[in-house]
Amino acid sequence: MSDKTANFVIFSALVALGLVAPFLFPAYMAQMTELWLFIVLALTWDLLGGKMGYNSFGNVVFLGIGVYATAVIQVALLYDVGAYNAARGGGTEFVFSAGDYLRGLALGLSASAILAALAAIVIGIFVLGMRGQYFAICTLGLGIAAGEIAGGWDWIGAGSGMTVPQPPADFPSGRLFYYLSLALAVITFVALTWVMSTRFGLAINAIRDDEDKAEAMGHYTTRIKVTAWAISALFLGMAGGIYGNLKRFIDPVDVAFAAPTIGVWMVLMAILGGKGTIIGPIVGAIIFQFTKEFFWTYLLGWQRVALGVLIVVIVVFFPQGIVGYIRDRRAARLIREKRA
Amino acid sequence: MSNIGLLIDAPILLVQLIIDGLLIGAVFALAAYGMALVWGVMKIINICQGEFVMLGGYVAVLLSEAGYSPFIGVPLAAVILFILGWLLYKTIIFRIVDHDLFISILATFGLLIILQQLMNQVFGSDVRIADSGLGTWFAFGGLVTISQVKVVAFILAIVLAGGLVYFLKSSRIGQAIRATAQNARAARVLGINTDHVYAVTYGLNAAICGACGALVAMAYTIHPYIGLPYTVRSFMIVVVAGLGNIVGVILAGLGLGAAENVAGFVLGAEYQLAFVFSLLVIVLVVRNWRLARKREYLK
Repeated sequence: MSDKTANFVIFSALVALGLVAPFLFPAYMAQMTELWLFIVLALTWDLLGGKMGYNSFGNVVFLGIGVYATAVIQVALLYDVGAYNAARGGGTEFVFSAGDYLRGLALGLSASAILAALAAIVIGIFVLGMRGQYFAICTLGLGIAAGEIAGGWDWIGAGSGMTVPQPPADFPSGRLFYYLSLALAVITFVALTWVMSTRFGLAINAIRDDEDKAEAMGHYTTRIKVTAWAISALFLGMAGGIYGNLKRFIDPVDVAFAAPTIGVWMVLMAILGGKGTIIGPIVGAIIFQFTKEFFWTYLLGWQRVALGVLIVVIVVFFPQGIVGYIRDRRAARLIREKRA
Repeated sequence: MSNIGLLIDAPILLVQLIIDGLLIGAVFALAAYGMALVWGVMKIINICQGEFVMLGGYVAVLLSEAGYSPFIGVPLAAVILFILGWLLYKTIIFRIVDHDLFISILATFGLLIILQQLMNQVFGSDVRIADSGLGTWFAFGGLVTISQVKVVAFILAIVLAGGLVYFLKSSRIGQAIRATAQNARAARVLGINTDHVYAVTYGLNAAICGACGALVAMAYTIHPYIGLPYTVRSFMIVVVAGLGNIVGVILAGLGLGAAENVAGFVLGAEYQLAFVFSLLVIVLVVRNWRLARKREYLK
C-alpha cells in the first residue's frame, strides 16, 4: 500500500468515525466538537509554521475575530449590540427563534471568515516582512494586545465578556455544532492539501527552505506569505465562530484571544504530530485533546502545570513529532537497506 | 481620553507621572539587561524572564510577611534565583542551546506556564506587596509625591546594573562570558568550558531578575500573572537598544517606564497592558521597516 492510499484510508476511516461518533459517545459530544476545531487550528497553524517556516503565536487573533464577529452579527440582525451586552444578554427581551438563529449563524460564520482573512492581509503586510524570532514575538504581542483591547471595549462587553445568543430550548445545537465543525475540519484538510499540491504550495515550501533564494528566483515572497496567512485566517475565522458558540460565553482573554493557552496549544498540536507533514497536525490534535481532557479530569487544579510540563517535554525531547519521527525512522531504514 | 485635558490644565501631573515612570524604568532596564546577556551569550530568547521577576518578588513578600525587612529579600532572591536558574540550565536549557530560536522560545514559554501556574496554585492569584515601611517625600509644595521606596529601588537597580558591568569586565568568569558571547567556538578552542559559562550566565540572569522582582514587590505590587509583560518589556528594550549596548538599555528602559506611565494615565489603566503589547508590535514593525530599506532582515 502506497503512502497516498494509506493516507486516504486513514482519512476516510476518521471521517466515517466522525460521522457516527455522536451516536456512539453522546456524552462526549462537546469534547469531540472541540477536537474537530482543534484539528482546524493545528492544520492552519501548520500551513505557516510547518510548511512555510513562519512560527506564529498570533493566529489566535483571527480565531478571536471570528468569535466576536459571529456573535455580534448573530445579535445585530435582531437587536442592538450595545444594549444586548449592557443587559449581559439576559432577560426575556432577547429571544432568538430557530430560523433567526440559523440565519444569524450562517451569516456570522461567512462574515467572520471574510473579516479574519481581511485582518490577516492588513496585519500580514506589516508583520510578515519580519523573520524568525522577531515574527514569533511580534505575533505573540499581537495576540495578547488584541485580547487586552477587546477587554476594554464596552460595545462588545469589555472585560466582563459577552454571552452568545441562546438557541430555542428544543433546538439540537450540540449536534449542529458537531457536524459544522466536522465539516469545517474536512473542508480545511482538503483545501490545504489542495493548496499544497499547486505551484503556490511549492512556493510556500521554497520560502521555508530559503526565502532569499525564493525571492531571487522571482517569487513575490511577501505576497505569497500574506496570501497563505489569509487562507489560514479564513478557516480560523469560521472555527472561531463555532468555538464561541460552543463555549456560549466569550471572555476576551480566556476564550477569544487566549494567546497563552489556545495560541500555544495550536503550536503544540502541530509540533506533537510533526510539523510540515500532511497528517501530523491531525494526529497531534487528537492526542493533545485526549491528554488535555485527561489532565482536566484527573489533575484538576494542577492541569495547567501539567500542560506546561508537557510543552517543555515535547519541545525539548521530541521536536520532530510523531509523524516526523516515523518518517525519519523509515528514511534511516531505507538507507540501511540500500547499503546492505 | 478626557485625561488629556486634565494634563493640560495641571502640567504638574505630567511631572508626577514621568517621575514615577522613570523610577520603575530602571527596574525594566535591569531585567532587560539580563535578557540581553542571555540572548547575546547563549543565543536564547528567554520568555520566562518575567517569571523570574515574579519569583523574586514572592521571596521579598514572604520575608516581609514573616516579619523581616524585605530589603534582605534583594540579595536573598538573587541567591535563590541563581540556584534555580542554574538547575533549570542543567536540566532543560542546555538541551535547547544549539537549537533554533523558535525551540528556545517555545520551551521557555512552557517554563513560563509551569512557574506561573505553580505560583498560582501555591500562593493564589491575589495581588501581594512587600511592605518596606518607608515614607513619602513631597515636592513642589505637596503637588508631587515621591515614594521613598521607589527611589531606593531605582538606586539599587542602577547600582546592581553597574556592579554587573564591573563583574563582566573584571572577573575571570565575566571575561569568559564575554569571550563566549563573541565567539563560542573560539572560546571552546581556547579552553573555556562554555557549558559552565552558559550555566553561570543563565543563573546570573535569573539572579538579576530575582533582585528586580524583590524591588518590584517593595515598590509596586506582585501577582502570579505579571511575568509576561515583564518579558515583553525586556524584549522591547533589548530590540530598541541593540544587544550589548548598556547605555542604550538604561535609556530605553527609563523611556519605556515614563511612556507607559503617561499612556496608562491618558488611555486609562485598563489599556496600560494593551499599550505595552501594541508598542512591542509597533517597535518591531518600525525596526523591520528600517531594516528592509537596507535589506538587512537577518541581522
